[in-house]
Amino acid sequence: MSSVVLVLIFIVATLCGYKLIKNVPSLLHTPLMSGMNALSGITILGGITTVSVIANKYNLLLSSIFGGLAIILAMVNVAGGFGVTHRMLKMFDKKGAK
Amino acid sequence: MQLQTYYLACALLSLLILYGISLMSKVETAVKGNYLNSIAVTLAIIITIIYFDIFPQKSVLYVILVCMAIGVIIGLYLTKKVEMIQMPQLVALLNGIGGAASLIVGGCTIFVASSKFESITSIIALIIGTITLTGSLIAAAKLSNRISVKPIIWKFHQTIIVISIIILLIIITSFIIINNLPILLLAVITFILSGLLGIAIVIRVGGADMPITISLLNSFSGVAGSICGMAIGDILLVSVGGIVGASGLILTQIMCKSMNSSILKIFQGKTTTKNSVEEESVIVRNDNNEDVKDDKEVEKKSTEKELTAYEVLSQAKKVIIVPGYGMALAQAQHLVKQLADALEGNGAEVKYAIHPVAGRMPGHMNVLLCEVDIEYEKLYEMDDINDEFSSCDVCIVVGANDVLNPAAREAEGTPIYGMPILNVDQSKYIIFCNYDLKPGYAGIENPLYKRKNNVSLLLGDASETLQSLLNELNEELKEKVE
Repeated sequence: MSSVVLVLIFIVATLCGYKLIKNVPSLLHTPLMSGMNALSGITILGGITTVSVIANKYNLLLSSIFGGLAIILAMVNVAGGFGVTHRMLKMFDKKGAK
Repeated sequence: MQLQTYYLACALLSLLILYGISLMSKVETAVKGNYLNSIAVTLAIIITIIYFDIFPQKSVLYVILVCMAIGVIIGLYLTKKVEMIQMPQLVALLNGIGGAASLIVGGCTIFVASSKFESITSIIALIIGTITLTGSLIAAAKLSNRISVKPIIWKFHQTIIVISIIILLIIITSFIIINNLPILLLAVITFILSGLLGIAIVIRVGGADMPITISLLNSFSGVAGSICGMAIGDILLVSVGGIVGASGLILTQIMCKSMNSSILKIFQGKTTTKNSVEEESVIVRNDNNEDVKDDKEVEKKSTEKELTAYEVLSQAKKVIIVPGYGMALAQAQHLVKQLADALEGNGAEVKYAIHPVAGRMPGHMNVLLCEVDIEYEKLYEMDDINDEFSSCDVCIVVGANDVLNPAAREAEGTPIYGMPILNVDQSKYIIFCNYDLKPGYAGIENPLYKRKNNVSLLLGDASETLQSLLNELNEELKEKVE
């Protein structure tokens, strides 16, 4: 993947995200933040890559320690973030249904 | 997996996530949006495993799966255990964890980087990830009161920050210019300096500026991930990280605007200053309060005034409740709800006015009030309700100060000057359920406390004062019925 394309993707994604997230009312800012926490756990993809790359270049133990730790941390983010966001949103929505 | 298929999948998943986020802008669809996002992330993980051909490498696959399982267990445990009141520190902590993951990936990638672009982006990912990690840990510690919420300023604070930034910039530049660097040494130095920088920046921020700090760290955790993605050439990571970064940036902007402040000012610890409207408040001071010297005397006075507070409430037709961090601190949201129920039972209309920076994180008050079954339709943003204060009979302030301090309009040169505030001063009667009369975090005295008429100050823990107010109101209403 060329570096220019990657930087372009970054810019486009940021602009799209910016446009969309501007519409989120302040009522939902806390769930938005925790939802974003969950999404930033996407770094898990980096963890997976790291494990496989380092396992091939150095050894499995090294890759398990570092890559594994990254995967655990990112997964905590994903699971914890989505879980907490869900809890909060249900709290909000329950009121709407009444 | 073929390259084209992989790119297509990445593009689709990015769109799916964007759609999920757009669903999160409405309460009715937000749960669905959250589900969609979680499905998208799960798919992203599966696609990445397939793309890197990990299935045949059994040992690597097992490591990944076991680590994921551990992460899920910890994450779900956090989800179950956390209480709504702990949400600010949880978000801060999750920001930090995200930063930590990026710093590890960035740090590892430096050693396997095959191009300049890869090594530069991985060192930047390492820097931003580490700043996010240590900054968020300090923020979480401050929010859970493990360390003082007041700004802590070291000797040579500014010097430490400036020197760290300069050295980090030199390291980045050296990666651009020089080949064959001692990578391990530089990575360790970068890690230490960035960590120090994160601590130094956040430790100087005070409690009331936490909403801005958390938002910014939220943004950082996304940007760190995104730059990590550039380092390893992962499109999904780049795009999703960018989206998260944008979200944090928007929140930071909103928070700064609501405080009439800038990020630079806040991270220089410049927000707490000495009281400069003292003179003015002396003039405003009236006979009633002349002999007030300490809180105890005020309290005595306030019990005399309390007689009128619930009488006014029992006749009120329209009530606006203004919650602040004091409500969160006293866990008084349940009592706020009971009080509102009693008032509504008495035929009054109850609304809630929520300032964007009330509390310790964006949307903090909304979460607490929704937790106690208050309909979200009754929660109003500042601009939507500010015109209604003049038509309300009673305004009940629960643990809020700076966000309604009229000094923000007049007192030039003070930290809160120009900050948009709730027009509480226009309401016919104000009941304060605040802990004390000390100036708020901004250090500016609130002239409303000195107002002669139609103000009732119920000082102390908001839970206790609200409870007594509620009891008296209920008795009054009972008498009325009889």
